[in-house]
Amino acid sequence: MTGTAGPDTDGSGAGRDGGHDGEGPELGREEVVLERIEKWRRHRPRLKDEFVNSAHGAGGKASAALIDAVFVEAFRNKTLETMADAAVLELPSGERIAFSTDSYVVKPRRFPGGSVGHLAIHGTVNDLSMMGASPSWISAAFVIEDGFSVEELRGIVDDMAEAAKHAGVTVVTGDTKVVDRGAADGVYITTAGVGVIPAGVHLDARAIRPGDKVLVSGKIGDHGVAVMIARGDLALEADIPSDTAPLNELVEQLLAAAPGTRFLRDATRGGVATVCNELARDAEVGVVLYEHQLPIRNIVNGACEILGIDPLYVANEGKLVAIVPADQADAALAAMRAHPVGADAAVIGDVTEEPPGIVVLRTGLGGSRIVDMLVGDPLPRIC
Amino acid sequence: MCLGIPGQLVEIISLEEHRAIVEVDGVRREVNIGLVMGDPGGIAVGDWVLIHVGFAMTKIDEEEAANSLAFIKLLGSVYDDEIEQFAAEPELTLAGDDAATAADDKMVRP
Amino acid sequence: MRFVDEYRDPAAARLAVAEIETLASRLVPSGEPLKFMEVCGGHTHTIYKHGIENLLPSTVELVHGPGCPVCVIPMGRVDDAIAVAKRPNVIFTSFGDMMRVPGGSGNLLEAKAQGADVRMVYSPLDALRIAEANPDREVVFFAVGFETTAPSTAVTLLKARERGVTNFSVFCNHVTIVPPLKAILESPDLRLDGFIGPGHVSTVIGNRPYRFVPGTYGKPLVTAGFEPLDILQALVMLLRQLTEGRCEVENQYTRAVTDGGNRKALEILSQVFELRPHFEWRGLGFISQSALKLSPEFADLDAELRFAVPGVRVADPKACQCGEVLKGVIKPWECKVFGTACTPETPIGTCMVSSEGACAAYYNYGRLTKIPVKSA
Repeated sequence: MTGTAGPDTDGSGAGRDGGHDGEGPELGREEVVLERIEKWRRHRPRLKDEFVNSAHGAGGKASAALIDAVFVEAFRNKTLETMADAAVLELPSGERIAFSTDSYVVKPRRFPGGSVGHLAIHGTVNDLSMMGASPSWISAAFVIEDGFSVEELRGIVDDMAEAAKHAGVTVVTGDTKVVDRGAADGVYITTAGVGVIPAGVHLDARAIRPGDKVLVSGKIGDHGVAVMIARGDLALEADIPSDTAPLNELVEQLLAAAPGTRFLRDATRGGVATVCNELARDAEVGVVLYEHQLPIRNIVNGACEILGIDPLYVANEGKLVAIVPADQADAALAAMRAHPVGADAAVIGDVTEEPPGIVVLRTGLGGSRIVDMLVGDPLPRIC
Repeated sequence: MCLGIPGQLVEIISLEEHRAIVEVDGVRREVNIGLVMGDPGGIAVGDWVLIHVGFAMTKIDEEEAANSLAFIKLLGSVYDDEIEQFAAEPELTLAGDDAATAADDKMVRP
Repeated sequence: MRFVDEYRDPAAARLAVAEIETLASRLVPSGEPLKFMEVCGGHTHTIYKHGIENLLPSTVELVHGPGCPVCVIPMGRVDDAIAVAKRPNVIFTSFGDMMRVPGGSGNLLEAKAQGADVRMVYSPLDALRIAEANPDREVVFFAVGFETTAPSTAVTLLKARERGVTNFSVFCNHVTIVPPLKAILESPDLRLDGFIGPGHVSTVIGNRPYRFVPGTYGKPLVTAGFEPLDILQALVMLLRQLTEGRCEVENQYTRAVTDGGNRKALEILSQVFELRPHFEWRGLGFISQSALKLSPEFADLDAELRFAVPGVRVADPKACQCGEVLKGVIKPWECKVFGTACTPETPIGTCMVSSEGACAAYYNYGRLTKIPVKSA
């Protein structure tokens, strides 16, 4: 057998002796390497790709690299750089508004529990709610492929109208473009939204403190799994509807009961794990999650096990993560559970001082592991 | 390797074509049972199988499954005994430690 | 989930760990820990997913072996796959695992972004279905995996034959478990006290093929299942062997593995495949008789023959020390490029390529052991 690597090139036989906890040069070297990794992780992720690929849209490290290197680089301003769910802007009157936008390209366009139309309204409503705003006005722009069925378009738009009514928002302006066949994969929808933030409401990752509690508003993983199954190429059958829902009412009730709430973020692409990683990084705190406290439907868990996917990374479209001071956690939980979309809310973790920027999971078994930022979409595996 | 999940056979679509449906916590998938049909005892609705890339690889032996769990549970009672023994014994040595070897012998087979 | 949750019970885990601690402390009261290698990538994944390593005492150390059939596919073969995928009439199907494995210049996901029709499938039978649904396209299936997965590919080929499907072919990269195990045992730098044997490969090949491990090399091997209690029980069984002076192949995964394996699966394998004289393993070099190719009777369904693949050998980068990590000679952090040039986003070698490669697993999950965590 010919090997491509010969014996240790620098002659260090290190690694054969000593265990994880041994003293001596091996451990010192390991710590140096770990420090190097931590520095590297804290680096702004760098964009090396020449061409955009699907990993850039997944909400993980690759997305962050693209956004940073191309968009933030060009548009440079403090508001943009906070990279919150919505921009918080101050009007001359002193009032604050939140302003957010999102595009909706999901396939299939219709799936158990909803359609791209529902997502288009709920997504923007939720982004505004995460800043504590009361969402009011929505814009909707459509890029439609030549040949798209008017009936299907009507169906999607009807869903949007229904979602808007239910959420208490109005679609006040919009745009329509038709592009060549093959250029828009049916229809692409972009919505933007504006809402007023009540005085005294300040949600900001930088307000997070060690000792705070991490809450989630309900069972995780439904949407991502529902869409994966609806795509059909995994040939799974399961009664799993998307959880798409507006969260504005829930947030209002939550903030009324727990006004000290530090931070909210909806756990969309990249799941709860990505939200926790982002807040750990932005607030420079550690997050410990408890596996046995994560709420998840058995059937969603079963689907994730079959596919080899971690539910912590799966997208949700009607769930938020809330960071709440410990003494208001019970009140926050009760308020969420009193609302239909928060019925399964739970405390899932703690904010800690150490290790900063890192999310740790205490496994059901009693061990621990790191929950790192995703690279790209979670892909089903066989191995 | 290899992601293999235990699932229960809930429907046989066609024995000839080796097609069946398994269910895991409410999730259903069609699987090919060609690799397990020759097993002694055959294959029937209600059996548990190990699923890998759309194929049933083997039947899961429920008795053996219970045995594995029993093995570990038994460790508990032996461990309690050992604590008492060690508390009473002088410092352990590796070779020729009768008490330790005896405890181990008890547990050679679950 | 039945047959899963019971094997994740924390109280039972504590019992097993206590026993491991007791047995190990008697075997190595001081000095070097006992080292056990889990061969199979699936075991590495379980160990990290549940945080098993930080439950174990310092007297027991786990070394992660080369059992990741995805990671060991050399870059040249990935390039071959991409070359086929880029052909205009081809629908290239693959398991999710292979989509981000880097070739010499990019991976399948990137090829898809550039316009190749690359589709992820969960089962080779799904690929066959795609072929039947698209009679005027050429459908190719990227077959990877050990003996666990090879029978599925074999059955699919037999079905293709039976149904007269001709627009289907397989790009075969199945590898076998025994040769790399031998390669590790042959390594002069090796210092292992035993093996946690592959679980699902053994449902196919049984336990007998591992007899050479105790027989020729004097190391015990226990075949284990994939849940945490399975691995912990296997460790107890290994430690007991060492304590009692035994050295044999034992089966912990009795609910799924029999000594003789799955005869039907083995028959089908010998019908459809034959051994390649040698095959290159990323990080381990050329190993003879370690991989499968389609037998002459199935040559017409062999993608390597149907399409002219470049077949260029791309050498692992010089900086890559995967071979040593795979053999347990060095730990991931001891590799010069670990964490800097070689990260999960920019993997250089096999150990970082798949999430269960030793380096990726350590980077993503395992470095926790070194970061001070105040208990909550």
